[in-house]
Amino acid sequence: MSQDILENSVASQPSPGDKNFKPFEASTEIETLADERIAHYPVSKLSAVLPLLHIVQHHFGFISKESITWVAEKLEIEKIKVLSVVTFYPAFRQSAPGKFHYRVCRTLSCAMAGSHELMDNICEITNIDRTKLSHHHPIVVSPCGNYSVEFAECLASCGSAPACLVNDDFHDNVGPEKAQALIDQYSV
Amino acid sequence: MSDIKYLPGKEPHPSEHRLIFKNIDRAGWDTSIDTYIADGGYEQLKKAFTMEPSAITNEVKASGLRGRGGAGFPTGVKWGFIPPNNTKPVYLICNCDESEPGTFKDRYIVHQDPHQLIEGMVISAFAVGAKTAFIYMREEFPEAALTIERAIEEARAKNLVGKDILGSGFDLEIWVHRGAAAYICGEETGLIESLEGKRPYPRIKPPYFPAALGLYMAPTIVNNVESLCHVKHIIEMGGSEYAKLGVERNTGTRILCVSGDVKNPGYYEVQVGKITMGELLNDICGGPKDGRKFKAVIPGGSSSKILRCEEVFKIGKGDDAKDLTFWDIPMDFDTLAACGTMAGSGGVIVLDDSRKMSWVLNNINHFYAHESCGQCTPCREGNGWMKKISDRIVNGLAAPEDIQTLEDVAYQIDGKTICAFGEASSWPVEAIISKFRDELTAETSEDNQRLSKEQLQREAYLTK
Repeated sequence: MSQDILENSVASQPSPGDKNFKPFEASTEIETLADERIAHYPVSKLSAVLPLLHIVQHHFGFISKESITWVAEKLEIEKIKVLSVVTFYPAFRQSAPGKFHYRVCRTLSCAMAGSHELMDNICEITNIDRTKLSHHHPIVVSPCGNYSVEFAECLASCGSAPACLVNDDFHDNVGPEKAQALIDQYSV
Repeated sequence: MSDIKYLPGKEPHPSEHRLIFKNIDRAGWDTSIDTYIADGGYEQLKKAFTMEPSAITNEVKASGLRGRGGAGFPTGVKWGFIPPNNTKPVYLICNCDESEPGTFKDRYIVHQDPHQLIEGMVISAFAVGAKTAFIYMREEFPEAALTIERAIEEARAKNLVGKDILGSGFDLEIWVHRGAAAYICGEETGLIESLEGKRPYPRIKPPYFPAALGLYMAPTIVNNVESLCHVKHIIEMGGSEYAKLGVERNTGTRILCVSGDVKNPGYYEVQVGKITMGELLNDICGGPKDGRKFKAVIPGGSSSKILRCEEVFKIGKGDDAKDLTFWDIPMDFDTLAACGTMAGSGGVIVLDDSRKMSWVLNNINHFYAHESCGQCTPCREGNGWMKKISDRIVNGLAAPEDIQTLEDVAYQIDGKTICAFGEASSWPVEAIISKFRDELTAETSEDNQRLSKEQLQREAYLTK
């Protein structure tokens, strides 16, 4: 029974964003990148769990069941230790985001500058159901799979609020009226 | 310094003293090592190698440098906590997890002036005897992680990082370790747990002071990005010269990050304690927005207690006792502490009369409820509870006694947790209720009392 619970916890849910990413594969490139990172932690391989998960998510969009198994085997640790970290840290997601993932800051100074209205506008333009965003579903993907949204906590750019990240690109001074421009900047 | 030009529109304010931020928004500046060296970079590292490590620590002690991450603990004193007969490897960790709401300074250092940090780190590692250093970089700074790694490789190519640095016999490896979007990784022991590859559940101090039992249970010095940059300048001018900047026991410069309802939000590097709250808000930041009045200020990141703009503080004891108005508070560590708040990370969040305090409190409560690691029952349960109460207040569904409950819950968390996140999450509630109780109560209604029919029947006699 506990094996089923573990299997359910590591499994990824299907998402409209699945089309954006190749399935996980431990290619030579991935293995080499991983080995480079593991070498930074000679005292304990467990330390490399975050760097390896970043490699997986950067290349494959999210942390799949197969990648959890691979990370655990690579670091010679139990799968639960990888899952424990994947489920704790907000940055790791177990199902596919959109091709363009919008993380809008929700914390005080950005909220004062209109970041929640910015989020409303982004959701309206991309046809994302804003009401689905909740503590247990922090990421919502558009039906077309091209866009997804998430609230981020303070992005450390409060003086030029509102701030947001689109994939790895940082944007500040993004007032609610700039939502359309922010979407248009990223062509599908 | 007068030959430095800044990008148009980004010139420092005349009241600033640009030391750490000398190269931020500088015209013609880039992140390459060649530009840094042409500007005199890494000369302080060369100077440091002519000193004994203990002499460097003494300079940092003499400088009076206090940690710039939020706690303001004397950096030289922290370095001295490494056990004297230590035989384990020593680690230096740069805390670049900048996540305290209202704070935005380390971002610019790691994106625009990476070599200043690297030079500060090599000097500091040499002083404390660390052969391995990590830069814990928050996940939301992906570009900075690349910039810093590129800078480290540039430094390695010039024998400034790696084996036998500049022929000194000193080896140091610096690795960038990216976090994964958890605020609690800014707590030094949470950071260490995260670096070890686990969930970042902080450790209790004592006994787990990192200088004694840190990374892999070996002596570890964790310092903020800005603090490590100050070390370079302390070597340049000497500790006692550095201590002339700022005011007594609150020396040097610090970067104030002002956001919210001011005309000119942004970062301003000033001498500690030489600028008052009034000068900061009205002169440097241009005053309130048109048609608005200042209402309250959170002076040191969201964890610090809020101050009302019309407050008068009684500070000092005996013959030194005096009244201090909000506007006259010097922006230093000790006076802000005497006024019942803290200088913290320098994140100054300004609120004007358009802001409802219930909304502000609710936004802050959501942050802490989300970021609680969950290890301690008072924090895990209490933060969730406080969030639900402030949700009710904001939605007009709260009863008057909910304010008291909210306050009681906050005091059940404060002082009763393994790490200071307990205080960080409860102080905003305690302060906002204490200073804005009437405003909050006005949003509640007796109609919202949640009593069962039976209890209402039992208590009906009270209203007869």
